[in-house]
Amino acid sequence: MTDCIRLAHGGGGALMRDLIQQELRPLLPAQVLGRSGGGGEAAVVLHDAAVLPSAAGPLAFSCDGYVVQPLEFPGGDIGSLAVIGTANDLAMAGARPLYLSVSLILEEGLPLALLRRVVASMAAAAAEAGMEIATGDTKVVERGKADGIFISTSGIGLVEAPSAISPAAIRPGDGLLLSGDLGRHGMAILAARHGLELQPPVLSDCAPLWPLVAALFAAGVQPHCLRDLTRGGLAAALQELADDSGCDLVLEEARIPEAPAVSRCCDLLGFDPLHLANEGRCVLVVPPEQVESALAVLAGTGGAVVGVVEAWAEHGAPQVRLRTGLGTERLLTPLSGELLPRIC
Amino acid sequence: MQAHARTAQLADTLAALTRRPWTLMEVCGGQTHAILRWGLDQLLPPGVRLIHGPGCPVCVTPAACIDLALKLARRPDVVLCSYGDMLRVPGSDPGQDLLAVRAAGGDVQLLTSPLQAIALARRHPDRRVVFLAVGFETTAPATALLARQAKALALPNLSLLVAHVRVVPAMEAILADPASEVQAFLAAGHVAAVMGTRQLEQLVERHRVPVVVSGFDPEELMAGLLEAVRQLESGEARLSNAYPQVVTSQGNRQAQALIEAVFEPADRPWRGLGVLPQGGLALRPAYRYLDAAALEPAVAAGDDSASSPCISGRILRGLALPPECPAFGGACTPQRPLGAPMVSSEGACAAYHRYRR
Repeated sequence: MTDCIRLAHGGGGALMRDLIQQELRPLLPAQVLGRSGGGGEAAVVLHDAAVLPSAAGPLAFSCDGYVVQPLEFPGGDIGSLAVIGTANDLAMAGARPLYLSVSLILEEGLPLALLRRVVASMAAAAAEAGMEIATGDTKVVERGKADGIFISTSGIGLVEAPSAISPAAIRPGDGLLLSGDLGRHGMAILAARHGLELQPPVLSDCAPLWPLVAALFAAGVQPHCLRDLTRGGLAAALQELADDSGCDLVLEEARIPEAPAVSRCCDLLGFDPLHLANEGRCVLVVPPEQVESALAVLAGTGGAVVGVVEAWAEHGAPQVRLRTGLGTERLLTPLSGELLPRIC
Repeated sequence: MQAHARTAQLADTLAALTRRPWTLMEVCGGQTHAILRWGLDQLLPPGVRLIHGPGCPVCVTPAACIDLALKLARRPDVVLCSYGDMLRVPGSDPGQDLLAVRAAGGDVQLLTSPLQAIALARRHPDRRVVFLAVGFETTAPATALLARQAKALALPNLSLLVAHVRVVPAMEAILADPASEVQAFLAAGHVAAVMGTRQLEQLVERHRVPVVVSGFDPEELMAGLLEAVRQLESGEARLSNAYPQVVTSQGNRQAQALIEAVFEPADRPWRGLGVLPQGGLALRPAYRYLDAAALEPAVAAGDDSASSPCISGRILRGLALPPECPAFGGACTPQRPLGAPMVSSEGACAAYHRYRR
């Protein structure tokens, strides 16, 4: 098409995946971007964090950039998001989040009061996530060269998972669980962006996932894979897991936990909660004999068993299929570009 | 009883009274989308076939109109604004859409309401703000309101690129096509909510074909399908309103008056269907000074699907289903659409690509 980056490349859907897989990865040495989730051949499968060897045990390492607008939104702000988002990527690799680096890029003219609120919020979020902000950097750019604040964080965590957590570990028969209802973060951002005054307001679900993961491990659950639902929502996360595991994923629509306020707004705006962003929800892929134990851990969070992993039917690419409440079946596909504003 | 259970019951009733095969067309893209989203065709008895109509305004906007919008958007003195779906529709060059123009430096903005164009025009007094106005009679009243306000405010720098289309002439064209297999229509509830049902009644009288005004959720759609099959099985052909909670026979008189004040029916090319007599809306003389088409020398009307395997014209006329297209899902995907029905979220190709492959 054209030889430049389009906004849709940042949407977290198929275009972004193509950009990373076809343009960026070939330019980097093979081991870079390939240390995720387990070892050997399976290591080329991308996951939320890289796992590195160390004398203290395997370490998880991850980084993420945050460019959300508006900077403050119902239920959070760019500061809490920048801490929790990276902490959650570590948790998805089965790692206890420990240390964080923070790089702030500030635009000339940013009110100091706003910066103070965002940094205080980072500190509070780090405490909540059990992380120490170990190092940081601050840059200021001319007006118009950034959008208020951009934040980049990197995190290190200690892997406590009893076995490798990776899309490559997913097997037919595994149960698919969701840790809670969908779309609160995406809807909070949309409402703030479009001036929708929802009563009561829909708050972002931004929250650390490590406590849930630690509770799973304590209950003897050994998840085959974990994936937090960020941009692109459940639909994007599941398509990635299907592609990377080579399995079909089959969901029961009626079992997917619903946030009624989010669903009502989606009806109004023409969105699907399964495409909306989340910042405190994950999908869990669990061996069949551990599904009940995992569900018991999720009891307090509104989580549910939503489907099952099936062997790839081998027509075309691996599919995510959804059985509707009417007993019919359709595909669940990620959005293919994105016209929504920046959400994380 | 739950809505899903009622839908299933309607489907059972439909299956029980079906004796012969029937071909039904839903006109509106929103209905096409809902049918595939809910897999409603999977609940129909074998032989009752749904084909999908041209009721996605984004899909039927001619390539020449998009080409003109692209040309305007590239001008440094122009801010081009439109609804989200329009930004991804390719013109006669499949690689060029408004988002590509924006990525290359053009000022292209997304609006959710046409009246936002007024604020945009005030914010950019030194540039011309062009609103690419698309849609059926559902969105035309809002464009008309924009035109009226722009006139009342004497805004010097707002123009309209009008691509509004009228739904009944398209239904006429489909019925007039000897290749068409349509035996009954589900008519779009939202257009009928604005325009009322008189034009549809006249269509029924002229062509002796059942037309059922229907809503958009699974139960409303199934109720509409049931009524259409009931009429076909009993040899009736009349207008039936299966969406009475929203649609009245008069429609929305205020909205009609707005359309009437600003627009007049005009012959209009539709992508895939050719020129439809009275198939579009054009600015009345008192508003013609707003016409953005005057800002550029006329763009030669290109062939809409030149040298492309895309069969969107046949799809828009209900002569083929998207998976029958050789390009579907391969050369043509939502990331790289060849034809407009793959671009718009309401297009039939996009609906099949999203829900069924």
